[in-house]
Amino acid sequence: MSEQTVAIEEKKKVVKEREPLFSKKNKKLITDPLDENNPITIQVLGICSALAVTVQMKAAVVMSVAVLFVLILANVSVSLIRNLIPNRIRIIVQLVVVAALVIIVDQVLKAYLFDVSKELSVFVGLIITNCIIMGRLEAFALGNKPWPSALDAIGNSLGYGMVLVIVSFFKELFGSGKLFGFEIFGNATEQTGLYAMGYMDNGLMLLPPSSLIIVAVYIWIQKLRNPSLIETH
Amino acid sequence: MAINKDSNTYTISFAIVLVVIVGGLLAMIANGLKPIQDENLMNEKKQNILNCLPGNKAISRDEAGSVFSDFVKQRVILDYNGKIKDNTLLDNSVELNNKNTNDAFSVDLLKEYKTIKDQESRNYPLYICDVKGQTYYVAPVMGKGLWAAVWGFIALDDLGNKISGTVFDHKSETPGLGAEISQDFFEDQFIGKLISNNNDFKSIEVNKPGNPLNDYQVDGISGGTFTSVGVEEMMSRTLVVYHKYIKNLNKS
Repeated sequence: MSEQTVAIEEKKKVVKEREPLFSKKNKKLITDPLDENNPITIQVLGICSALAVTVQMKAAVVMSVAVLFVLILANVSVSLIRNLIPNRIRIIVQLVVVAALVIIVDQVLKAYLFDVSKELSVFVGLIITNCIIMGRLEAFALGNKPWPSALDAIGNSLGYGMVLVIVSFFKELFGSGKLFGFEIFGNATEQTGLYAMGYMDNGLMLLPPSSLIIVAVYIWIQKLRNPSLIETH
Repeated sequence: MAINKDSNTYTISFAIVLVVIVGGLLAMIANGLKPIQDENLMNEKKQNILNCLPGNKAISRDEAGSVFSDFVKQRVILDYNGKIKDNTLLDNSVELNNKNTNDAFSVDLLKEYKTIKDQESRNYPLYICDVKGQTYYVAPVMGKGLWAAVWGFIALDDLGNKISGTVFDHKSETPGLGAEISQDFFEDQFIGKLISNNNDFKSIEVNKPGNPLNDYQVDGISGGTFTSVGVEEMMSRTLVVYHKYIKNLNKS
């Protein structure tokens, strides 16, 4: 076999060995942020919105979906132009991309999902400042192809959304006795259900500090289950 | 020829191209969606006006546009003394027009609240409504909560004594706390409360929850004190004008 054919054979091999869409590595991009590398509980990013939008489950879910949408588009678009972005202004470029996407989301919500946009009010705009988004752009999308970037975005926003939903579950349940607005413990003003027996809502649960406590307990349980996450220094 | 991505020229041109593309895209989207957004806002205002009338709580935003003139018979702008401003009494044969400054519907209360400090020179729009032969006056109110604006629409009975219904809303009060003012349990407390004591105006008090209430008091939101105070303030500041108008009307 001549050298040339060896080279061609090898080239073919490389083409054949192209990663399948959901290779083990790609799957890990989605599953990692859900547990071992969760953006909120392990990387401690995006805490601000975890404190602010978790009083009601509905708002937490809508916020998670909005972040999912923005992060996927931002990751993919930054990944597409990653080889064109001048190194010195890359953060500003990322910021412009994220800001533009957030404004688009806000405008579209205002036009077609007016009630949802009212529900989220200022929080949509605050997605721009969500550290998870800038963090993923800088750490992942700048150095990877669009498809893995999209998976990374899905994984991270799901990891973020999961914590938001869990926190809001406890806050809404114990803060106002409701889940998704449905009364679980009875009606507080009419004193029915649990309230008739003297139960009272915990006002602290409606305030941001309670999220810190819940997130801390979450981290505690997570590290109890997976001791490899405990930092030893 | 490879482009030197670290050169100043490349960096600046990249920035310019990016900004032009992004700016153009955003301008296009904003312009394209504006008519739909404006219609949403108009319909929401119509819905709020209708929702505070007795028995109309269920009217949705989409329905509000078409049934608005069935209920709102006249629109009028008052001055601070409760007198009708010239040419502002429009009946429902005149089509709603956001641009017509004589149309009560066009008054931007938030803008006036922020820019006109002297409340005597503000406009006071009023909607005169008819539900099953009974006249109600719907008065918009505007004030501030903890974070940003709070506003509402108050339906008053034909004698100007009693509140027949309210709708409150807010720009960005805290969900679960101040934002609760837009919930039925808060709004419905106002029904039947009085604003008049022997023909003199007496304002509604929004109290700390859990205390016994008289005819001029309602429960505030626990944890939403600033928002509750805002509701009380905007009602006492604004309703006095409408009270004057309705009382004068009934005298003559």
